[in-house]
Amino acid sequence: MGEHTEREMMAISAGRLIKDGDILFAGTGVSMLAATVSKKIHAPRSIVFFETGGIDPSLDELPMAVADSRVMDGSALNSGLVDAFSIVGHRKFHSVAFLGAAQIDRYGNLNSTCIGDYKKPRVRFPGSGGACDAASLASGVIIFMQIGRSRFVEKLDYLTSPGWLEGGDSRKNAGYIRGGPIAVVTNVAVFKFHETTKEMYLAEYYPGVSVESITENVSFPLDVSRAVESAPPGDDELRTLREEVDPQRLILA
Amino acid sequence: MRDVEWGKECDMSGYPEIREKLTTVEEAVRRFIKDGCQLALGGFTVNRNPMALTREIIRQGVRDLHIVCHSQGQALDLLIGAGCVKRLEVAYGANGRFASTCIRFRKAIENGEIEVEDYSNNQMSLRFLAGSLGLPFIPSRTGLGTDIVNKEGFGSETRKEAKVARKKLVVTSNPFAEDKDEIILLPALNPDVALVHAQYVGDDGTVRIKGLTFADLEQAKSADTVIVTCEEIVPKAFIRLDPDQNSLPPFLVDAIVRVPYGAHPTACRLFYDYDPKHLNMYKSVAKEDDTFRKYLEEWVFSPKSQAEYLDKIGGAGLINIKANTIIGYAPGLDRR
Repeated sequence: MGEHTEREMMAISAGRLIKDGDILFAGTGVSMLAATVSKKIHAPRSIVFFETGGIDPSLDELPMAVADSRVMDGSALNSGLVDAFSIVGHRKFHSVAFLGAAQIDRYGNLNSTCIGDYKKPRVRFPGSGGACDAASLASGVIIFMQIGRSRFVEKLDYLTSPGWLEGGDSRKNAGYIRGGPIAVVTNVAVFKFHETTKEMYLAEYYPGVSVESITENVSFPLDVSRAVESAPPGDDELRTLREEVDPQRLILA
Repeated sequence: MRDVEWGKECDMSGYPEIREKLTTVEEAVRRFIKDGCQLALGGFTVNRNPMALTREIIRQGVRDLHIVCHSQGQALDLLIGAGCVKRLEVAYGANGRFASTCIRFRKAIENGEIEVEDYSNNQMSLRFLAGSLGLPFIPSRTGLGTDIVNKEGFGSETRKEAKVARKKLVVTSNPFAEDKDEIILLPALNPDVALVHAQYVGDDGTVRIKGLTFADLEQAKSADTVIVTCEEIVPKAFIRLDPDQNSLPPFLVDAIVRVPYGAHPTACRLFYDYDPKHLNMYKSVAKEDDTFRKYLEEWVFSPKSQAEYLDKIGGAGLINIKANTIIGYAPGLDRR
């Protein structure tokens, strides 16, 4: 298959991070794609569910929003928001949430609310939705971002969803029982978080991408000592993604 | 001149058990939705938004609404754009890929035209749940250390007003824990009116929502008044044959209106999908004030009935989004 797009690489990179049997909380956009890719390619025994209450739907067609009627067909259970959040945070399950955002800081905290002053924002985004809840409750979070200095910032304009907060033990000290970001999947690279300081580091760069072009596009210092080149998408991964997951290219385009 | 009134397509005389509640969208809005009232919008982004009621609220020129919802899309955006909203407690304003942020919502907030207080979906759902149980507040563990906790949108004057909690939330320690254990307390919500669009209402008034209920049930149970629009009114014998599937008991509902396609252009499982053609058109006109005003004129003010509104969509448009009645959506629908 050879050529592939950034979005395809993102969806596949995220899918590779999923363990078979994980309970996957899918959001809108690329995160929807990645959850579906995980289920169809990498982790067939994983369960995809939606904050709206759709639990393990057939996903015969790609939903384009978490309230799409496509999250209600062939499901184990159609419920509501309160039920869905009881699963994200359930102590018996290893739940992984896929989230996107407008800004991220070095500890994986996310802003999906606004740019500028909260009371009179220069740019308003949709807000938390269930993102803050998933980031608070899930066993782990995989974040989708486009690289860029205005997105990878020193300080968020608004902290919508908790990552590792101020690093170290601060997440635990704030009252969170578990969770925290696992990785940040971007259009050029995958970042992970240091085991103890919880600072973001460069884990993988996509084939053909230079490490300098990544550090230049991040506003905070980045450890690149552990970086390796990602494996390119396999033919099977690409075929499933294109033919089964998003044939209309609703999200891939 | 209204030949067929809004929602009056059904024969009211045939349903003696709900004769008192069966009405039109026009009458339901006139009677229950007052200027300044607190309104809970049902549905979620692109699904089961109470659109027929929303359009009627705009037609009647209701002002200063205090909207409470979790994740809302089209109904919220139209109400804000039409100038009906003063205050908003919300978790999310977007419409799937048709609006990554709701367009008029975004504009109104950036221009400082409405007061906004942000919560999360779980927090808003819990606030309705607390209200439905008659509790003054409810604890939550989501959002500790975030700006949802640290920043407030409403000013101190707003906090003194009716139906506005005196505080956004309170962070405190779990009184049952021996060690330090921080927890958030959220104020309950008891809206004046909750709007629900359901697939079925029995001719006894029992409500059946098919598919996800989102937080519609908590919202309805927490509200003083519940208005339900529905696709079909079905016999009591049918709806009581399988009560496990039912959502709300008859006595909880104050007004019932049969409005086929009452959630259009959002989806209603088993009946129709969201309407990509309409939502893409909306996306292109909602950005500018003059084209948005023309949209309101054409799609909200001009149609004299739901039938006229549907005539504008056209037979081909309605067939395009017609759901497969087994799988619930329109398979193969061009959603680009």
